[in-house]
Amino acid sequence: MILGTGALSLGLHSCVGEGEPALDQQIVESADEYFGRTPEELERIDKLNAEQLFNEHELETIAVLSEVILPPKPEVGGPIEAGVPEFIEFIGKDMPRMQNTLLGGLLWLDNQSLSLFNKEFKSLELAQQQQILDPIAYYDPEVPSNKRPFEIQWFSLMRNLTMTGYYTSELGIKDLGYKGNQPNVWDGVPQDVLDQHGVAYDPEWIAKCIDQSTRGTIATWDDEGNLLT
Amino acid sequence: MQIKESPEVYDVIIVGSGAGGGMATKQLADAGFNVAVVEAGPFFDPADPKTMTQMKWPYQSPRRGAGTDRVFGEWDMAYGGWQIEGEPYTHEEGTEFNWYRSHMLGGRTNHWGRISLRFGPKDFKGKTRDGLGEDWPIGYEDIKPYYDKVDKLIGVFGTNEGLENDPDGFFLPPPKPRLHELFYIKGAKKSGIPVIPGRLSMLTKRINNDRGVCFYCGQCSRSCSAYADFSSGSCLIFPAQKSGGKVRLYVNCVVREVTTNEEGKATGVSYISKDDRKEYKLKARVVVLAASACSSARILLNSKSKQHPNGLGNSSNVVGKYLHDSTGSSRAGFIPALMNRKTSYNEDGVGGMHVYSPWWGDNSKLDFPRGYHIEVWGGMGMPNYGFGFNANEFNKFFGTKVGGYGDVLREDVKKYYGSVIGFGGRGEGIAREDNYCEIDDTVVDQFGIPVLKFNYKWSDLERRQATHMQDTFEELIHNMGGEVLGDRPGGPDNGLNKPGEIIHEVGTTRMGNDPKTSVTNKFNQLHDVNNVFIVDAGPFVSQADKNCTWTILALSWRASDYIIEQLKAQNI
Repeated sequence: MILGTGALSLGLHSCVGEGEPALDQQIVESADEYFGRTPEELERIDKLNAEQLFNEHELETIAVLSEVILPPKPEVGGPIEAGVPEFIEFIGKDMPRMQNTLLGGLLWLDNQSLSLFNKEFKSLELAQQQQILDPIAYYDPEVPSNKRPFEIQWFSLMRNLTMTGYYTSELGIKDLGYKGNQPNVWDGVPQDVLDQHGVAYDPEWIAKCIDQSTRGTIATWDDEGNLLT
Repeated sequence: MQIKESPEVYDVIIVGSGAGGGMATKQLADAGFNVAVVEAGPFFDPADPKTMTQMKWPYQSPRRGAGTDRVFGEWDMAYGGWQIEGEPYTHEEGTEFNWYRSHMLGGRTNHWGRISLRFGPKDFKGKTRDGLGEDWPIGYEDIKPYYDKVDKLIGVFGTNEGLENDPDGFFLPPPKPRLHELFYIKGAKKSGIPVIPGRLSMLTKRINNDRGVCFYCGQCSRSCSAYADFSSGSCLIFPAQKSGGKVRLYVNCVVREVTTNEEGKATGVSYISKDDRKEYKLKARVVVLAASACSSARILLNSKSKQHPNGLGNSSNVVGKYLHDSTGSSRAGFIPALMNRKTSYNEDGVGGMHVYSPWWGDNSKLDFPRGYHIEVWGGMGMPNYGFGFNANEFNKFFGTKVGGYGDVLREDVKKYYGSVIGFGGRGEGIAREDNYCEIDDTVVDQFGIPVLKFNYKWSDLERRQATHMQDTFEELIHNMGGEVLGDRPGGPDNGLNKPGEIIHEVGTTRMGNDPKTSVTNKFNQLHDVNNVFIVDAGPFVSQADKNCTWTILALSWRASDYIIEQLKAQNI
């Protein structure tokens, strides 16, 4: 059900014909080109990708749980489509301090499921899953996080990783509506947004700001520092 | 083993390629001198697609931007961090100093905040003003022509406000404020705190045909591939090479010491190549150190000889002393009036604040002697690792449950997106003789070079300033109708960042007229050895309530002019 990193590489492999450079080398080169890692950083990523933290059952449980936490929606998908299980697998290896909580929590979850319903969590009906999660899903923000019961800490971690995994994916960013990370020309907050929040630009302030129609003109000044262009 | 010596004698060797080294390279190469730049890290060009992180999406990385490899997040363009494997530093027991290093061409200018503030007239005469620290041997009038030239060469946006201690300059027009910045302006007004447009070195307007204009991705910390922000490589070193200058780059070369002759004059440097881990020597008529305040002090202290038994330029015993970083304290608030925002537009803006507050207070009426400025952050930024953590924690301010799961989380994320505003106070601490770095002769790095040991403590003067910052931040957040987030930072230092953490460390080779109490003269030239100069932040007598880069650039240019004059007159 879940494509692990091994399966992902296998998928790539089918595109590589005879006589082409080794697969590993291709991945390194494309990664190098596309996300700005140093050779040492790439080596570490490759090393982590070669390790396995969760077994197949655990990954399936994470996938099921992530979609209970954040149910998928048409158009913007859900955690599985956004690669959340693979992300949690990677982060667990990248930040080993989380491993006991992550692994231990999954066993706690199945222990509860088996004792209440005699089935593993991933095979339960949604209502049964909710019955297990409801008591651990909310926390008292006045209590420091490390003083909360273990199962509440674990569920908070799973929720945080699911949320961040989803909202840093292409689908999640679309769902959020973030419009940046592309070349543009900033010319202030749109009027309807100013109105919505009850603020306005001070004309005196705006008069000092860049007139974007002149951004391409080379700047020159008089001796007093007054811009002439 | 024989140390390999290059037969070529350069006019000038420059150690380090950040702001100070880059400016010296540009000026000295433009003047026709044969220059060698020795950099501890690799070559780096912000426009190289192989190393570029600008415009990457979080999902292009399996860790979604988390800071495991790079402490400010994996898109940050600094090769280094608080700790570098194989290059340790130590501390005197009971003291703290965090040292941020970035080893690459351009150094820390590739990722810095680009906040480009001139020091004002008062900043050069602190002792005259309040009896603390020391006055500089120069005044604002000495450096003003160089600030003017730096503004025009590199480009900085801002506005001429006629403020006494935040001088006017040659500014490009600033960008309009973002939504949270309008809230800040309103909130600050209620407390009588001035707010003016930010002063940052990004090109809101073209300054020449070689560099691009800002396209508002907000990612200056990733180093701009269009060269629309200031980085030392893209704005100083490459242009020096492009205009035909003789600039030889020695990258991945870690300088051990400045070599000297029988007369005690510098002959060049010795360095260890990271590629073959062997030691080499380079010769030059003049050596310019620009390795960063602490690294240059380390090189001087490690350059011991018969003529300089206490380290080079250290007859005063002042090298390493008077180390000081900007003070810093931060706070954030949740602003309900910024909830439920429309995401219909892109508000990335430039990679930093469009507005800020220069110091407004009158220290003669306060219980601390020096000021601070306020930096502002907020807005609807690009999600990266950590986005969506504790997605509905702010429910607590409305008395509703926190946590849960299901569709409601999507609504919560959108409801609170962009509703937080944060403040950083960046101020002036007093330079003290007993805050220093020295050589720890019990520890070497992987190149066999003795490392630095730090000894630094804040005093009550800085702690009281931090209390004022926190009082101010709480007041500002309340003025905006907001809720202060988290407990008031406390600890022994009243919420001050640890020394070093603002990454404005200066003062280790301070300038002065008296060779007994200073390391360089007012032209950044060692009192003890006239062919060695220091053009990083080491010669700063005091940090102001400003950031140090613009002053490093101006002083490096001024020192370079002096070097050119002295070389031409054959005085050195």
